[in-house]
Amino acid sequence: MKKSVLVLMLLLSLLFVVCAFASEPEKKGEEVLAQNPISPQPKVDTGDTAWLLVSSALVLLMTPGLAFFYGGMVGKKNVLGILMQCFTIMCIISIQWILFGYSLSFAPGKGFFGALDWIGLKGVGLEPYKDYAATIPHQLFTVFQLMFAIITPALIIGAFAERMKFSAFVVFIILWSIFVYDPVCHWVWGIGGWLKEMGALDFAGGTVVHINAGIAALVSAIVIGKRRGDAHKAILPHNLPFTILGTALLWFGWFGFNAGSALSANGLAVNAFVVTNTAAAAAGLMWAVLDWIFNEKPTVLGTATGSVAGLVAITPAAGYVSALSAIVIGFSVSIFCFIAVTVIKPRFGYDDALDVFGVHCIGGIWGAIATGLFASKGINPDGANGLFFGNPKQLYVQVVAVAVTIVYSFIVSFIILKVVDIFMKIRVTDKEETMGLDLTQHHENAYTIIE
Amino acid sequence: MKLIIAIIKPDRLDAVKKELYKADVNLITVNEVLGHGRQMGITEVYRGAKEMGNLLRKIRLEIAVNEDFVEPTIKAIIKGAQTGEVGDGKIFVLDLLDCIRIRTEERGNIAIG
Repeated sequence: MKKSVLVLMLLLSLLFVVCAFASEPEKKGEEVLAQNPISPQPKVDTGDTAWLLVSSALVLLMTPGLAFFYGGMVGKKNVLGILMQCFTIMCIISIQWILFGYSLSFAPGKGFFGALDWIGLKGVGLEPYKDYAATIPHQLFTVFQLMFAIITPALIIGAFAERMKFSAFVVFIILWSIFVYDPVCHWVWGIGGWLKEMGALDFAGGTVVHINAGIAALVSAIVIGKRRGDAHKAILPHNLPFTILGTALLWFGWFGFNAGSALSANGLAVNAFVVTNTAAAAAGLMWAVLDWIFNEKPTVLGTATGSVAGLVAITPAAGYVSALSAIVIGFSVSIFCFIAVTVIKPRFGYDDALDVFGVHCIGGIWGAIATGLFASKGINPDGANGLFFGNPKQLYVQVVAVAVTIVYSFIVSFIILKVVDIFMKIRVTDKEETMGLDLTQHHENAYTIIE
Repeated sequence: MKLIIAIIKPDRLDAVKKELYKADVNLITVNEVLGHGRQMGITEVYRGAKEMGNLLRKIRLEIAVNEDFVEPTIKAIIKGAQTGEVGDGKIFVLDLLDCIRIRTEERGNIAIG
């Protein structure tokens, strides 16, 4: 009885959103534009610079946040393994990005990679580079993008949690960043990137970050194989409060991720901020309701998972859709991800330990497609209209960008994993897996029982 | 000498301790343990994956007593732990071969009290 009332309320609110959405005024865009006159001469704006400095720090915090989100979900003998992998990625990619990663991704060029012109940040100075961000120092854009390059591979580790050998993990992450992240990033965001020139919209990284990492996660779960032990014990969280703490840090950091991607402290950033919060809330709520209906009780883990799915889905759309669209995107993404996690995964039997594919890839795909549906020039005149605003071509472009990323990331991630496996075996031994990664990979224990 | 082992509900520990003190039984060891009886625990669900028959939290008491304290100890535990619902727990009584107080090396009955 309680359930049906809840469902009815949810449906009614959805109906309200759709109605309100239909009568939404188109004019907002001019106001946004008026607040954000584009000056022809690149000049550093202190407000924009301050916001992007803060945003960069916010996005960095997402990676330790993700470590706790994941760390709480694994067994207590593997929690340090998760924290260590996230932390190591922060260290490795920070160096890689300065040395050549930024150049491969963002130096203008029409090829597979960008170019080698900006190796070691040569020529990347404190003056703005107007083709990327006209009002902040070029190095600030570099460091903002670095944080995205860090969190993307960190997302993958949830799939091979509790059984990946640390040394093989390090090699995999370096190769994956070079051969998957950097090229895809260039195609979608770099000057001369072919998906960018095709008109694909990806505001803050639905394709580059979430679909990309989500597919790599699926591939690694398949290549590395299932965890030992009972098949139905998919997740046995050792510390759900950690997971909630991690979710909170992710949600908080995501304001930098999405609102920071406006690359300016302006109306567009505010729009991204509002829709980000809205979608996370709607998706968290929806997952709780789905749990209530299908699993008898609303679960903490489900609600947190839903919020993350909502954040994922709104990422590509944040700069192009309205708050009411964000509610629709948030409600619907939880339905798709819930099906992926509770129906598709058990049916196919791959052991994506922490549902990186089910949440990030599915959520990312829906976000990219939803951008093609709900995008509106009324929100962002530099963007495009989606299907619901009379431009079906945008949906086609979005689907192409998604498909290219899926195919490319799947194939190359598979090759990298297989090659690394030939040289050093990606999986720990059965004995090491039973003892846990904390002890066997790091000679440490997260928790003392007897002092 | 007997060793009394009791498995009780966690929230009954304070009441049991109070009853034991009333019966002049002051030496107990307490453990947090997991287990279940016929009620088979609670089903946990993580992202739709169900965990059947999970273990419930219980408290395990160990009390070594001389013969004349056996019945008062059992009565005290029952008085403190009984709610009449399923899951109140069990009391086991075992023969105890010896008891040594480490500080003084005393043995037997005198070492227990």
